[in-house]
Amino acid sequence: MPKRLEPEPLPRRDFLSLAGLTLTGLAGIGATMGGIRLLKPYVLPERSNRFTIGLPGEFPVGTERILPERNVVVRSTPAGVAVVSLVCTHLGCIVASTDEGFDCPCHGSRFTGEGDVVKGPAPRPLRWLEVWLAPDGKLVVDGGSEVSPGTFFGV
Amino acid sequence: MAEVNPTIRTRLESVGRDLIDSIFRHGKPVTDRSRSQAVFTNLFLHLHPTRTHVRTLRPTTTLGLGTISFSLFVVLTVTGVLLMLYFKPSVELAYDSVKDIHYVVPLGRIMRNVHRWAAHLMVAAVFLHMFRVFYSAAYAKPREFNWLVGLALLVLTLALSFTGYLLPWDQLAYWAITIGANIAGSPSELTDALGITKWFDPGGLQKEILLGSQSVGGEALIRFYTLHVIVLPLVLSALIGVHFWRIRKDGGLARPGGTPTHAGKGASPEGTPASSPGEEPTKTYGLMCIVRDRRPATNLDPADTVPSWPYLLRAEVLIFLATFVACLALGLAFDAPLKELANPGIPENPAKAPWYFLGLQEIVSYSAFVGGLIVPAVTVLGLALVPYIDRDTTGTGTYFTSHRGRKWTLITLALAAVLAVVAVAVPVNIGWIRDWYPDASQLIVIAVNPGSLLMLAYAGWSLLVLRLTRSKRMAALALFTCFVVGFVILTYVGMELRGPNWDFFWSKADWPVH
Repeated sequence: MPKRLEPEPLPRRDFLSLAGLTLTGLAGIGATMGGIRLLKPYVLPERSNRFTIGLPGEFPVGTERILPERNVVVRSTPAGVAVVSLVCTHLGCIVASTDEGFDCPCHGSRFTGEGDVVKGPAPRPLRWLEVWLAPDGKLVVDGGSEVSPGTFFGV
Repeated sequence: MAEVNPTIRTRLESVGRDLIDSIFRHGKPVTDRSRSQAVFTNLFLHLHPTRTHVRTLRPTTTLGLGTISFSLFVVLTVTGVLLMLYFKPSVELAYDSVKDIHYVVPLGRIMRNVHRWAAHLMVAAVFLHMFRVFYSAAYAKPREFNWLVGLALLVLTLALSFTGYLLPWDQLAYWAITIGANIAGSPSELTDALGITKWFDPGGLQKEILLGSQSVGGEALIRFYTLHVIVLPLVLSALIGVHFWRIRKDGGLARPGGTPTHAGKGASPEGTPASSPGEEPTKTYGLMCIVRDRRPATNLDPADTVPSWPYLLRAEVLIFLATFVACLALGLAFDAPLKELANPGIPENPAKAPWYFLGLQEIVSYSAFVGGLIVPAVTVLGLALVPYIDRDTTGTGTYFTSHRGRKWTLITLALAAVLAVVAVAVPVNIGWIRDWYPDASQLIVIAVNPGSLLMLAYAGWSLLVLRLTRSKRMAALALFTCFVVGFVILTYVGMELRGPNWDFFWSKADWPVH
């Protein structure tokens, strides 16, 4: 039994309400974090960022072909193959190929053929994507893996 | 016809009377007292005061804009629920179900058209309502909090409109939402420039939470649908309740001189009792009159008030009806647009946001982060702070406060218009940083752009007005006028003067053919 002679440092009711408030606050924080966690998906529903574009023979040196299904342009040079994303780095519109390079229809960003920004609000060059040769001999592009502009993959 | 047994008739009449009495608990609202009771004892009417100041009923006091906004919300709720019965929120079915609503569902077309028009009108009405409240300084104490609630209602209205924009799943919807979602992700513009996105990516998180994915697809459609039909309308309804309730609790509409109300709550900052302390009340009063240590307003002359039933209710019903008729007429005359099915490979050119976001789109075309997030956030924050910085309560309820306020508003109008035109004309005619220094650092391109400079110029002008007039009210009027003028001019530029590739065109006839 506690001695009643000493004054209690914290009145019992104050302690209980403080404890109650603290627990409610903690529960609130936990629920909020859980709510946010629920909103951020574990599994992204899109089809995979990785896709095959065909055998290297389909892209002879000098080829420059847009794959509208994937919004990329495939370019084949003596140095190798490069795949550049056509998604504008400003707000995600699809750039259109022109004589000088690429134009974005949404907010007027312009890019050179190499994807460097020459005009407009785009904050970064167009993304160059990683390419490799799969065991079955086909070229695979990883849309989620960016390489520095000007990187060609020898195949 | 057989003669009705008089006793049965008498009994039926008496039951009918009892039924009506049990519902309304007072006689026909023919005397002032029973009219007050009619309002006071009715759940749906009791948000109204029992008596209304005559000034409140003058059309020029409010222009009816709050009631119009609420009427439009009612129209949107009714038509929206009807549309829900046929709309299917999935990528495969959404577009076709909207087409069905438009071409197959009986009266579906008019419901969809009215929904679309009411949505546009509601955004416009809410903005105009805010302009009215601001220019009559009705945000001043004790109405600061209701100004904040109103601001939240504005943001919610815009959010409702934005989430509804995606649902038809046509090209217009798809690309507007793609742009909007990437604006949510635009903090990565800054983190990319700093090279820290790999570790700290708030933009990516925001975008992923909004879309449930990396790009606009089925998950985004469901999320937007849920927000549009349940989450946002519920929050909006609750806040509308608070907004209405606070109008009364804050002493009714703002009036010059802060006339005390029946509850003894004057608008005067010191909380002066409604009756002067010296005299004893000479009239009887109910318990409801005594609130917050104030004396009851028993000596208040009720001559300048009229019973809310029928005067206020009649005015409201008329505004409701006029709003309904306007929506119906617009819906009959103009079809809501429906473009081709969404195509993730080919953007609309130009891809334009709904009209009320085009002013933002104009500055987004310099920097997504500054134009899409910083400028709107600073604007909303600034609007929220106004009643807490300008503590002056004089001029409440008078448009532009005074003759001086009118003068400064007009000067600001001209200056803000010139500044906004310059902010558009300079980059259009002589280009911007990247045209002069192609290798300029991205951080500079983000920070120094016509949008951010315009905002700074407006803030600077407001501070200058503060120094010149030594009146925070004048500075607030100047700042708000800048906001209105900038909003209107940039919206006009975005709507009418921007064409394919967001290039500048004086007329749509000059757009390149493609």
